[in-house]
Amino acid sequence: MSALSMSGALNRALADALEADDRVLVFGEDVGPLGGVFRITDGLAARFGDRRVFDTPLAESGIVGTAIGMAMNGMRPVVEMQFDAFAYPAFEQITSHLAKMRNRTRGKVEVPVVIRIPYGGGIGGVEHHCDSSEAYYTHTSGLRVVTPGTPQDAYDLLRDAIDSPDPVIFLEPKRRYWSKGEVTPGADRVGFDRAVVRRPGRDVTLIAYGPMVATALETAEAATEEGWDVEVVDLRSLSPFDDETVCASVRRTGRAVVVHEASGFGGYGAEVVARVTERCFHHLHAPVLRVTGFDIPYPPPKLEEHHLPGVDRILDAIGRLQWDDEVVGAGRGA
Amino acid sequence: MVRTSLPARERSLLPTDEPLSLLTKTGEPVADPVLEMPGDDVLLELHRKMVVGRRFDTQATALTRQGRLAVYPSSRGQEACEVGAVLALREQDWLFPTYRDSVALVTRGVPAGETLTLLQGGWHLGYDPYEHRVGPQCTPLATNTLHAVGLAQAASLKGEDTVALVLVGDGATSEGDTHEALNFAGVWKAPVVFLVQNNGYAISVPMSKQNAAPSLAHKGVGYGVPSVLVDGNDPAAVYAVVRDAVRTAAEGGGPTLVEALTYRVEAHTNADDATRYRDADEVAAWLDRDPVDRIESHLAAKGLLDDARRAAVAQEAEAFAASVREVMNTDVEVDPAELFAHVYAQPTSHLQEQAAMLAEELA
Ligand SMILES: Cc1ncc(C[n+]2csc(CCOP(=O)(O)OP(=O)(O)O)c2C)c(N)n1
Ligand SMILES: [Mg+2]
Repeated sequence: MSALSMSGALNRALADALEADDRVLVFGEDVGPLGGVFRITDGLAARFGDRRVFDTPLAESGIVGTAIGMAMNGMRPVVEMQFDAFAYPAFEQITSHLAKMRNRTRGKVEVPVVIRIPYGGGIGGVEHHCDSSEAYYTHTSGLRVVTPGTPQDAYDLLRDAIDSPDPVIFLEPKRRYWSKGEVTPGADRVGFDRAVVRRPGRDVTLIAYGPMVATALETAEAATEEGWDVEVVDLRSLSPFDDETVCASVRRTGRAVVVHEASGFGGYGAEVVARVTERCFHHLHAPVLRVTGFDIPYPPPKLEEHHLPGVDRILDAIGRLQWDDEVVGAGRGA
Repeated sequence: MVRTSLPARERSLLPTDEPLSLLTKTGEPVADPVLEMPGDDVLLELHRKMVVGRRFDTQATALTRQGRLAVYPSSRGQEACEVGAVLALREQDWLFPTYRDSVALVTRGVPAGETLTLLQGGWHLGYDPYEHRVGPQCTPLATNTLHAVGLAQAASLKGEDTVALVLVGDGATSEGDTHEALNFAGVWKAPVVFLVQNNGYAISVPMSKQNAAPSLAHKGVGYGVPSVLVDGNDPAAVYAVVRDAVRTAAEGGGPTLVEALTYRVEAHTNADDATRYRDADEVAAWLDRDPVDRIESHLAAKGLLDDARRAAVAQEAEAFAASVREVMNTDVEVDPAELFAHVYAQPTSHLQEQAAMLAEELA
């Protein structure tokens, strides 16, 4: 066990996967000698050689399309999109081919490709560098979509993703690349499809993922001052969705708030709210609320603080969960 | 029968083996130039704008170190392209720049503060594209190539005498959009000029990993677009090539693809560490081919650049840098209400609700 940043944990996972399986290839823009613009592939080209870790021509559709072809011929490509919005040129390859290959071929062709995408804002990046694009992918059947909230999960989920027979969109919360945590490579993994309770609490469930996990935990701390005991669920896998863990939590607390950076309208949170409401309706004391980015294009650096969900906005939402209508025996004080 | 006529047509589309030039590395006129040397007034203007442009670039880099800009991609060493290409445009022509081309923008007359708004972080764009006939600086690589073709084609549909010049990097030529744009331009004979600034790198990735053709200019032939290879550190040659291409386009002769061979002297941006992927020797060799030195030597040898003019230009550059410092050191206040103001032609009710919520938070 050692303390690693999330970027370090991702780097370690790639190295261990390259070491464990000759079929694993890492490629994309600037992932070779430079080690990627976020240094996630640092040192890998030197260690594994340029036949396994290499720079490609600058074309995202080309990167994903050739990864599909490589996977069809037995390789396990792990490709990098440099930033969220720069994956869009690959959208057709991802949605029409990567996601559908198994289904189209009645299971005869498998494309175990992992697409790593640094996503989200909070780093003062200029336009096209801060998108939260998860809903485009979660709406596409056939893709697995995962996102780590901690360094240990960065390691575990990336190893799981590379082992997965299904294509995986691996969303890396870039604002958390430098946050540190204990990482034990080779520890028992939680399970690729599983959400986890990051912090137990009795009064309300905060459902978060990726960059918002840390924000949710911070909110839970702040909420103790208001007398709320907040449970934080980290989804980890956005698709498939772990109904069991999420609903078990919401049934315990009777209240829930979903948090994400992406715009709310048509966003991933809407799916979470729907699923929770459908399954836990009789346990709920209040509607499930969402705290999300506004329904606007990601703002310029000087305005992003107004857009991003933060502790105060989440506390406000918790405050709106109809505490006065308290049902005896459930939730706070039960 | 068709086949036998192909080679000649092909040949007419292909670039020369050696880049076209007008000035040698040390500023002497080349023997037997293919291109027409620009007049003295143009050469002097190229020099002036290049000196000012470089000073602007140095200033922007310094301001970034001081935290006044979020990021700055320098075009140091590429001034012959940034300035030469822009001066070759007529007022009615359009420019479609990238993030690298702030010097091209100030050369075009976009105020420095408006040019740097994007990188300062106040908004995604600081200037009015219609006022200057300059498209938004483009970050999603190569997407501007198609916009330029569309705008140019619309001009020809409307009977306007307008040419669009689009700037792209070497790396961006690998994107599908570049190829689609060349093809559309070829098929439509659109009045557009593609200028590829081949500065050797796409962040860390060198030409050798980007392209297997003899040159990037060779990409034109497959799309029926005549192509030119030019010394991108020769301001006179870049000016002449782009001016000729603009003239051809304006006369209905269709598009041209120009590849200018130059070099990115600085790292990709201030956030990049170029020592990870290139040698200092390589940089030094290119410093020896400096475009500003080249035109200065040429003008001095011709007796066109005396100490007084040199001093006047230097002074103008300093004054410009001072004005850049002044605007950039003034804190910009962006009204958070703007977040919701430009998303749709008319504000939607749910955005109005969200705007009200934010206003209440900030009250
Ligand atoms: C579609 C897309 N993919 C990736 C990027 C990230 N990126 C920004 S600049 C750059 C390199 C571009 O190189 P080049 O086209 O040669 O232009 P230069 O920066 O050298 O001027 C990359 C990969 C991007 N901006 N857009
Ligand atoms: Mg380049």
